[in-house]
Amino acid sequence: MSKLKISCREANHVCDKNQYREATFWEKVKLNIHLIYCGICRKYSAKNNKLSKLFKTSNVEAMDYKSKEKLKSAFDRELAKHQ
Amino acid sequence: MPNHLINPNNWIKAYSDYLFNYTITRVNDRVIAQDLVSETFLAGLKSMKNFKGEASERTWLISILKRKIIDHYRKINSKKGKAEVRMSYNTGNEDEGDWMEERIADPFDKTAQDTMENSELGDAIYDCLAKLPEKQAEVFKMKTILNYETETICNELDITASNLWVIIHRARTALAECMKENWF
Repeated sequence: MSKLKISCREANHVCDKNQYREATFWEKVKLNIHLIYCGICRKYSAKNNKLSKLFKTSNVEAMDYKSKEKLKSAFDRELAKHQ
Repeated sequence: MPNHLINPNNWIKAYSDYLFNYTITRVNDRVIAQDLVSETFLAGLKSMKNFKGEASERTWLISILKRKIIDHYRKINSKKGKAEVRMSYNTGNEDEGDWMEERIADPFDKTAQDTMENSELGDAIYDCLAKLPEKQAEVFKMKTILNYETETICNELDITASNLWVIIHRARTALAECMKENWF
C-alpha cells in the first residue's frame, strides 16, 4: 500500500507531466489514488486541466526558438547602429 | 510629460511572441508572419523619436504591425491582379435538388464568434504570460505552445529536467491564478 501512496509534491509533479502526456501509467494510477483523499491536490489538478484546455482552444502561437534568436541578433545589429 | 517610456533593448524578449501571435491569426503563414514582425521592429526602431508615450510600447508596435499587414495584403493582391469571384449555382448533376438555403451561412454555426473569443483568449493568455518572470514565460511557451520535447528545451536553455519541471509548475500555478478572474 505504501508503494501506492505519494506526497502532494510528487502528485503535483505527475499532474504537471500529465498535462504534456508524459506521465507513465503507474504514475497516473498513483496520482488518482492520491486525489481520492487529498482535496488540495484535487483542486490543483482541476485548475491545471482547465489551463491546458484553455491553451488548446485558444490556438495561441509563438515564434520558435531558432527564429527568435535569429531575429534578436539581426535586431541587435540594427540597434547598435542607433545607439 | 510622456507616461510611457520606450526601450528597444527588451522588445524582442517582451513582444516578439505577442506580435507573432497577432500576425499569424491574420496572415496564416509562419514565414510571412516572422518577416512582418521583424520588419515591424526595425520600423519601430527607425521611428522611435516619433513615440510620444501616449500609448504603451506594445500598442505602438501593434499599430505599426497593422500597417505592415495591410501593406502585405496590398502587395499580394496587386500581384494576383484583380480578384475574381465565380459562382455557379448548378454545376453537376449531383447537386441537383440542393436548396439555395443550404448554401447560405447557417446562423447556428457560430464560427465567427468562436474565433473572436479565441483571439480574446489569446490576448488574455499573453497578458498573463507578460506578468511571469522572463525565464518562466520562455520555458512555459516552449513547452506548452511550441510543444518542444523536454530534452530539447533543456539543451537549448542549459537547464536540468527537474529544473524545467519546477519552472513549469510555478508558471502553471501563476497562470491559473491570473486567468482565473475571467476565464475559469
